Amino acid sequence: MNAAAAMIRTEQLTKRFGDMTALNQVEIAIPERATTVIMGGSGSGKTTLLRLISGLEPPSSGAIYFEGADLARISRRELYRLRMKMGMVFQYSALLNSLTVEENIAFPLQEHTALDARVIRTMVTMKLEQVGLRGFEHLMPSELSGGMAKRVAFARALAMDPKVVFFDEPTSGLDPISAGVITDLIRNLTQLTHMTSIVVTHDVHAGLAIADHVILLWQGEVIAAGTPESVRNSDDARIVQFIEGRPDGPIPFSRSDTSYMDDLLAREVIA
Amino acid sequence: MNGALNLCGALGRWLLGATERVGDGAVLSCRALSGLLILPWQGRQFVLQLYAIGVGSLVIIAITGAFTGMVLALQGYYSLAKFGSESLLGSVVALSIIRELGPVLAALMMTGRAGSSITAEIGIMRVTEQLDALEMMAVNPVRQVILPRIVATLLALPLLVALFDVVGLAAGYVVGVDLLGVNAGSYVGETIDKVTMHDLTTGWVKSFCFAVLLGCIATLMGYRAVPTTEGVAQATTRAVVVTSVAILIADYIITSFFL
Ligand SMILES: Nc1ncnc2c1ncn2[C@@H]1O[C@H](COP(=O)(O)OP(=O)(O)OP(=O)(O)O)[C@@H](O)[C@H]1O
Ligand SMILES: [Mg+2]
Repeated sequence: MNAAAAMIRTEQLTKRFGDMTALNQVEIAIPERATTVIMGGSGSGKTTLLRLISGLEPPSSGAIYFEGADLARISRRELYRLRMKMGMVFQYSALLNSLTVEENIAFPLQEHTALDARVIRTMVTMKLEQVGLRGFEHLMPSELSGGMAKRVAFARALAMDPKVVFFDEPTSGLDPISAGVITDLIRNLTQLTHMTSIVVTHDVHAGLAIADHVILLWQGEVIAAGTPESVRNSDDARIVQFIEGRPDGPIPFSRSDTSYMDDLLAREVIA
Repeated sequence: MNGALNLCGALGRWLLGATERVGDGAVLSCRALSGLLILPWQGRQFVLQLYAIGVGSLVIIAITGAFTGMVLALQGYYSLAKFGSESLLGSVVALSIIRELGPVLAALMMTGRAGSSITAEIGIMRVTEQLDALEMMAVNPVRQVILPRIVATLLALPLLVALFDVVGLAAGYVVGVDLLGVNAGSYVGETIDKVTMHDLTTGWVKSFCFAVLLGCIATLMGYRAVPTTEGVAQATTRAVVVTSVAILIADYIITSFFL
């Protein structure tokens, strides 16, 4: 993939929390108008990467280029201007719980456009129709199921017709049918609107099914990046283990780094 | 020796941490208050908050004010009777309420009632990523969430203090004149005679300063809460404790300026 077509690019991106390195020298390029899926096990740094490339959190070092601008170095005003081109669907939807479904979706439009109330209402209806929830305008977020909330969050993220939409675990915690609905929505809307989608997931099958481009993270490092076929056909043992979902292998089942025997014996002595 | 060193180290760390937090709070508050200049600010949010913070507290403030006035009259009468100067009761009650107890008690009640809920609400918005969602929608959470609450507090608290004062004075009158039999003329006369503009200003300055403390501390604690359930619980407790202590300290300082 040539660099010019990359919507988002990182250079030596590192993020530490205290002594813990969540991301280490990550270099990725996210192609424009395609669906990029970031996969990896629990704690591999997916959410952290998403928060960094959307500018929600500053990196410890390294650079993040969004359409050429380094997110870590631009002003707040500049960042907000870029954010108008971004939408994010959070893992737990993050709807504003003091507002109804309709008000949630209308919110960015009211904040950033001078459209009159009737036009906004029409746009909200259209967005709700796109996610299959027309008629639920007047419910409060607390009255929605997890799957419905996610669809509303999706509609809200689309409200400003963004160029890039970020999804954090769009299917986790959903039944297979709702998960399928969300996956289809992502695929169809990406094709229909030519937007760039970035999907973080540990659902390998859904991930590979919708991806044009796959990035595989392992312990804060990129271990694979490429088309779904190239990842599926890889013979790197770590990648094979992850794709096939085997519990133990080069990616160890146990996350402890002390010897089990030593630990047990040490406890014995103290007792 | 080692213990002493450890103690020094811990104290130093605590001081550094405290300084950092105060600095962080000041920066955030300035960012919020500078938003005041960037009109139009969130009108609807402001009205909602004013309702929640102000209107919702009317009854509790009135009750507190009434009983404060009543007990002051009783207690004042008891003390003054020892000097045979019961006729001064009106001014004693009025000065105590207007200069001291009105602003302080109303602010403390509001800290418990409104401050805690402001902190908890913002903390929960942090946990549920609603603040991040605002960021992603290019809406500054400081302007959308923090500023309306601070401004609502600034407007509501002085008004609630005024309510506290009025109810307290009336209740003091009822106890002093109707119950204890102080002469109505001398009670009211003393009050009007001794309470000056200076005393009213003192009360007003206090209620305004307490409102600034309450609004800034409560919102800041919520905004900076550790994004977990315990984090929000701790932030809420801390907001109430820190605000209450800050109000009492500020009270002393302001009183010493307005003697
Ligand atoms: N705010 C934080 N403070 C401290 N450590 C953090 C923080 N956020 C993430 N981490 C750590 O960084 C690592 C990566 O976390 P991250 O949330 O990015 O993982 P993930 O790939 O999204 O995992 P999951 O699939 O479980 O959501 C984890 O080990 C986590 O403990
Ligand atoms: Mg995650």
